[in-house]
Amino acid sequence: MSETNEAILVMEDIDKSFPGVHALDHVHFDVRCGEVHALMGENGAGKSTLMKVLTGIYSKDSGKITFEGREIEFHNTREAQDAGIVIVHQELNMVGDLTVAQNIFIGREFMKGFRIDDKKMIEESNKLFDELKIQIDPKAKMSDLTVGKQQMCEIAKAISHQAKVIVFDEPSAALTEKEIEDLFTIIRDLRDKGMAIVYISHRMDEIKVITDRVTVMRDGGYVGTLITNDCTKEDIINMMVGRVIYEDPKTESHVPADAPVVLKVEHLNAGRMVQDVSFELRKGEILGFSGLMGAGRTETARALFGADPKTSGDIYVNGQKVTINSPQDAVKYGIGYLSEDRKRYGIVVQKSIIENSTLATLEKYMKGAFIDKAEEEKITQKYIDELSTKTPSADTLVVNLSGGNQQKVVIAKWLVRNCDILIFDEPTRGIDVGAKNEIYKLMNRLAEEGKSIIMISSEMTEILRMSDRIVVMCEGKKTGELDIAEATQEKIMDKATRDIA
Amino acid sequence: MAKKKSILSDQRFIVLLVIIALVVIYMIFSPEFRKYSSILSMLDFSYYDVLMAIGVTFPLITSGVDLSIGTGMVCYALIAGRLIRDFNIPVVLAMLICILLGCIVGLANGSLIGIMGLPPFLATLCTCMITRGVSSMIMATPWPTNKQPGGWFHSIFKLTFGSGRSATKIPIGFVLVVIFVLIMEFVLNHTRFGRYTIAIGSNKEAITLSGVNVKFYHVMAYTVCGLFAGLAAIAYAAVVPTVQPGTGAGLELDAIGGVFVGGVSATGGYGSVLGTLAGVFVIVLLKTGLPYVGLQANWQQIVTGIVLIGAVIIDVIKRRRLAKEQ
Repeated sequence: MSETNEAILVMEDIDKSFPGVHALDHVHFDVRCGEVHALMGENGAGKSTLMKVLTGIYSKDSGKITFEGREIEFHNTREAQDAGIVIVHQELNMVGDLTVAQNIFIGREFMKGFRIDDKKMIEESNKLFDELKIQIDPKAKMSDLTVGKQQMCEIAKAISHQAKVIVFDEPSAALTEKEIEDLFTIIRDLRDKGMAIVYISHRMDEIKVITDRVTVMRDGGYVGTLITNDCTKEDIINMMVGRVIYEDPKTESHVPADAPVVLKVEHLNAGRMVQDVSFELRKGEILGFSGLMGAGRTETARALFGADPKTSGDIYVNGQKVTINSPQDAVKYGIGYLSEDRKRYGIVVQKSIIENSTLATLEKYMKGAFIDKAEEEKITQKYIDELSTKTPSADTLVVNLSGGNQQKVVIAKWLVRNCDILIFDEPTRGIDVGAKNEIYKLMNRLAEEGKSIIMISSEMTEILRMSDRIVVMCEGKKTGELDIAEATQEKIMDKATRDIA
Repeated sequence: MAKKKSILSDQRFIVLLVIIALVVIYMIFSPEFRKYSSILSMLDFSYYDVLMAIGVTFPLITSGVDLSIGTGMVCYALIAGRLIRDFNIPVVLAMLICILLGCIVGLANGSLIGIMGLPPFLATLCTCMITRGVSSMIMATPWPTNKQPGGWFHSIFKLTFGSGRSATKIPIGFVLVVIFVLIMEFVLNHTRFGRYTIAIGSNKEAITLSGVNVKFYHVMAYTVCGLFAGLAAIAYAAVVPTVQPGTGAGLELDAIGGVFVGGVSATGGYGSVLGTLAGVFVIVLLKTGLPYVGLQANWQQIVTGIVLIGAVIIDVIKRRRLAKEQ
């Protein structure tokens, strides 16, 4: 990186609010020609939002974006692309059934009269690949390429836009070690040609290898910018987690030492995201699952619950080895799963609280062949009272409830079922602060009553406040287990970002 | 308290108004239509449509479809007719065979869709072709007519209570069909099968993760649909002069159209069998009624199409409003 380079892109005082969330709080970010600048932060720190503001997907509330010395504001990604700012997304935006060349020039095909000029697109693609020093057949079908190769195509597409700034959004998440090396070669090449690269990643070791500067964000705010060579991994972690803890963390486990093990998972494997995961859950325990996005926590829960197929692994419930091949099996053994995506997986929004509450237990509320609606309403009302769900009546459609109350309906569904093991996946996502506390209290009460809880959470404060014990995962593997007494944000973050190489 | 739905926002109510309006218009412009015998003959030809529609309501609520009911209906009727003619089986047995065949084809549809995961359109298009193929292989066979021995089953769908067909008599078939509608409306709202059928259309993932045996209920929805196609086969044989091989394609569309007019959501998850009854009668009134006011057959199709668009637009607007409330 040459020191004399001016910043090509400067974002100053960027502010953005969504209803109820201050997503970006006067954030500063700049990137120079010929540098790779890392953008780091925990889940929800605001990295993606910032990039979306940059490329016109969101409009900023206030602040200033200067690009090549001129103040700009894009209204959509097309404008940003035309100006030379391109994002290579984590999820690849490719049409699998089209060829490589067709994908690269999609939306701006070369024409020969009324006909698409495939020959020219192939020639141009070859030129791009030569420039990147990679070998891909432009005539190959996109879906036949490996994820790594597909990513190269995305990069080629970015360059074909005459990009001056390329944003890589967690590019290495799905790549093998070898593919990552190739990617880095390309990134260095682009940098040496004078392009400005923004690199978003969670992988600490990569940051040290590939980037020149690091900017850290936290809770929508700007924390600081460091020269990569002058700082240590610990410096960066401290900046990422150094938030004031406004809730009292649990200081010691509330589980008696002799509490029996109710669930034991041994060597669970399910695809790439769950590799050899083992853990135990004891009666009355809240077991926190921490890790960064894509660490494989939800995948572990879904495999355990039978929602996704597993390749191998043993599950014991109350000491008995059990076979769980479907959610039906899991429910039979008293396991309930509360999905992170409530509206999609948890509730039937257009139906009433009653219908949702008995969804997992309808066979218990039958009078012969018919549903006993009076009994159904009675049990629903019981849990509305017990969980203090705020609703005008038991008939109310779930869609009309707030997020916190919807979550209570899902909890009621499993309590009606009398499940002893509850898996809460991001229990307070999309729930406002007041309702959060209620959910926390409820979870604590359930644990006291002898229910055992697995809590997957991306919020560090939530993990430290609720868990008796913490399992940390990183890239599909369990990387650590901490008792709450010894757990700190730093220790967890260290395990969650552990070098895999 | 959740807002009580005003009666005007209930699609079934709108459909009822449409039916009344159509009948009034027909009666004003056609003296012929005012005769009770005309209404009776119109009703005679509505029963198989209604029965098919009751059945197909269930797949449609799961946000699926069953295209095989029309050709299936004709196929079962032909097989049963051939068995009566060439093997002298009792008519009751032939009727049971109709129902059984319907269930078997429904079960096959359900298995392909609910267990194998085929798209409903594709799976039932295949069984539609197969049943049409089978029926064209069967020698044309008229069912016994009312005059022949064993023709008594005609009276189920064609006769009125009491003798003759005078204005004071109620058609038996209509009563029967209404009873079926009421039973299935009850099944939809008061049994596990009904509730899970709706839930499959509304949010299949959520009930799967609730530990419900979704595959079973998914298969059931198509089996019930097949069962009613079998019942429709009996009603069809009872009213048409001859059941002709290789026909039946397209008949399912009247039933499916009727279900949508009756208020089943185009994306599944909502519907009622009473609505289906009303919706089918709109289609039937358009199909058999327009000629009374001088509009030719081609017009019936066009008008039916336009009415259906109207019904689906109401559904789309309703869902948009709901999305906004979220």
